[in-house]
Amino acid sequence: MTEAAHYFLDPNSARAVIIGLLYLAGAIGFVLSLKWMSDAKTARKGIFAGEMGFLLAVIGTLIMPGITSTGYIYIAIALLIGAAIGVPLGLLVPMTAMPQRIALSHAFGALAAGLVGIVEFFNYTPQINGFVMAVLGIEIVLGCLVFTGSLMAAGKLQEILPQRPFVYPGQIFVNFGVLGVAIGFIVALVINPGLTWAIPIIIVCGLVFGVFLIIPIGGADMPTVIALLNAYAGISAALLGFVLSNNLLIVAGALDGMSGLILAIVMCRAMNRSFSNVLFGAFGQLEESTGEHGEMGSIRTASYDEAGDILKNSRLVVIVPGYGMAVAQAQHKVRELADTLAAEGVEVKYAIHPVAGRMPGHMNVLLAEAQVPYDQLLDMEEINPEFPQVDVVLVLGANDVVNPSARHMKSSPIYGMPILDVDKAACVMVVKRSMRPGFAGVENELFFNEKTLMVFGDAKDVMGELITEVSGNRDSINV
Amino acid sequence: MNVSTEFIITGLFVFALAGFLGFETIRRVPRLLHTPLMALTNALSAISLVGSLVVLGRQYSTYATILGFIAVVASTINVVGGFLITDKMLRMFKTRQQKPKKAAEAEVGS
Repeated sequence: MTEAAHYFLDPNSARAVIIGLLYLAGAIGFVLSLKWMSDAKTARKGIFAGEMGFLLAVIGTLIMPGITSTGYIYIAIALLIGAAIGVPLGLLVPMTAMPQRIALSHAFGALAAGLVGIVEFFNYTPQINGFVMAVLGIEIVLGCLVFTGSLMAAGKLQEILPQRPFVYPGQIFVNFGVLGVAIGFIVALVINPGLTWAIPIIIVCGLVFGVFLIIPIGGADMPTVIALLNAYAGISAALLGFVLSNNLLIVAGALDGMSGLILAIVMCRAMNRSFSNVLFGAFGQLEESTGEHGEMGSIRTASYDEAGDILKNSRLVVIVPGYGMAVAQAQHKVRELADTLAAEGVEVKYAIHPVAGRMPGHMNVLLAEAQVPYDQLLDMEEINPEFPQVDVVLVLGANDVVNPSARHMKSSPIYGMPILDVDKAACVMVVKRSMRPGFAGVENELFFNEKTLMVFGDAKDVMGELITEVSGNRDSINV
Repeated sequence: MNVSTEFIITGLFVFALAGFLGFETIRRVPRLLHTPLMALTNALSAISLVGSLVVLGRQYSTYATILGFIAVVASTINVVGGFLITDKMLRMFKTRQQKPKKAAEAEVGS
């Protein structure tokens, strides 16, 4: 609407070439950073490449035509404020709060993408062609839905909001209805780009849909959902690239979108479920299937004394961590127990199920924080063939991922989910707070297995007791 | 704002190729590093900072400037926080040999 020529970047000018090359270098930096991420040894170099890429992208942007001197001052202030909030958010958040922190960070990025889209619309309406209008509309909806969706997810993970999925009849229709309204108005805008009043409606629909999308999601489905929100954030950045004719945004958005998609696929496969099932089915249908199993037999419990003796006298112990370990913040105590066992000549390994915890790779990060060497952390496929040779499996706050009924009980909601074959080991010790079933609300037949010993208590406290037992200081601190 | 058809096609080329490149690259990231990967791509998704900077710098109107300001602050939080947290996480990943001194000593002591 103002003198657009002032903002025009002549593609043949030296400035355009410099900006283009800086953006190209930025894109190469992003690709390298992801490439180096494929090995823990080079991963930190990858971050450096990513940071350099970003730096070049920002420099390239700052020499765009049309930025006023006041503009530079505003930019400096905004960057400083952002950094002042971002640095503590990056450095001070504890590892156990990582899932909600990542979700929160998604919300910020999505907010920015949504706002830029909105400004671009008001700036150029009604001179917007159909393709750009469609892209812009979808971009705004995605930005808004990732914003509220991520905030909701962060709230659920931080337990500000209830973690249980909230499901009501007709939910799918309501959700799709909201999305349908947004799409309808985008179509209207494509036909007539002058309908400025349609934009607020689209924004509200996007925001509301983001909230509705997360309402039916339960805690254990969070890994998939966070990965999907990551993918949406990437797609919205790529769409913004089309609107702004900016290849760098398209590259970064495509990379981000793919990463989110791959992680979501990995998560879904690890639960033997489809996207639509995670997003819309939730575990709503479960209510009927719980409770009908009734008594599954009796359980055996072990005292700390007995458990400590068994652990001490074994050759190979495998620890299976789950969300319970994160909740109890027991990872340091777990490592201490492993060290104590190692000092007694016991070999210790960790078995990590892909969906253990609340985000992809959650357990790996927590154990890394506790300084567990990562070569002791084994994926499900690596460790499963080893279980018959294992003397003791110590299950720590994991439940559904070790439930053998996933193999054979067709009525079970977790039927078909690949599990850790802990029941093939000589002895299984389950550390649990109570007999309460796991997220899926299914009884775990592992607990009633004759090889299984239940050790009741808070994961962290139990670890402390076991360390005392194994290290032989029992006489001094009698329990 | 009338994006030329030429750019739309170029953009689709770039999008498709970057998508395939990303798929093949990210597929190789081990599960061990999935959380850092997520944090890193989270930082990269804040690339909308580039768009926000232009909006704020050009000050099309008062509203645009306010929204642009919020957008720059939000995406900067995302970038800075994202990279720092990824680095903090990766610094913790150690193999047996690289164990920090303190832990190694504690082990010998016990």
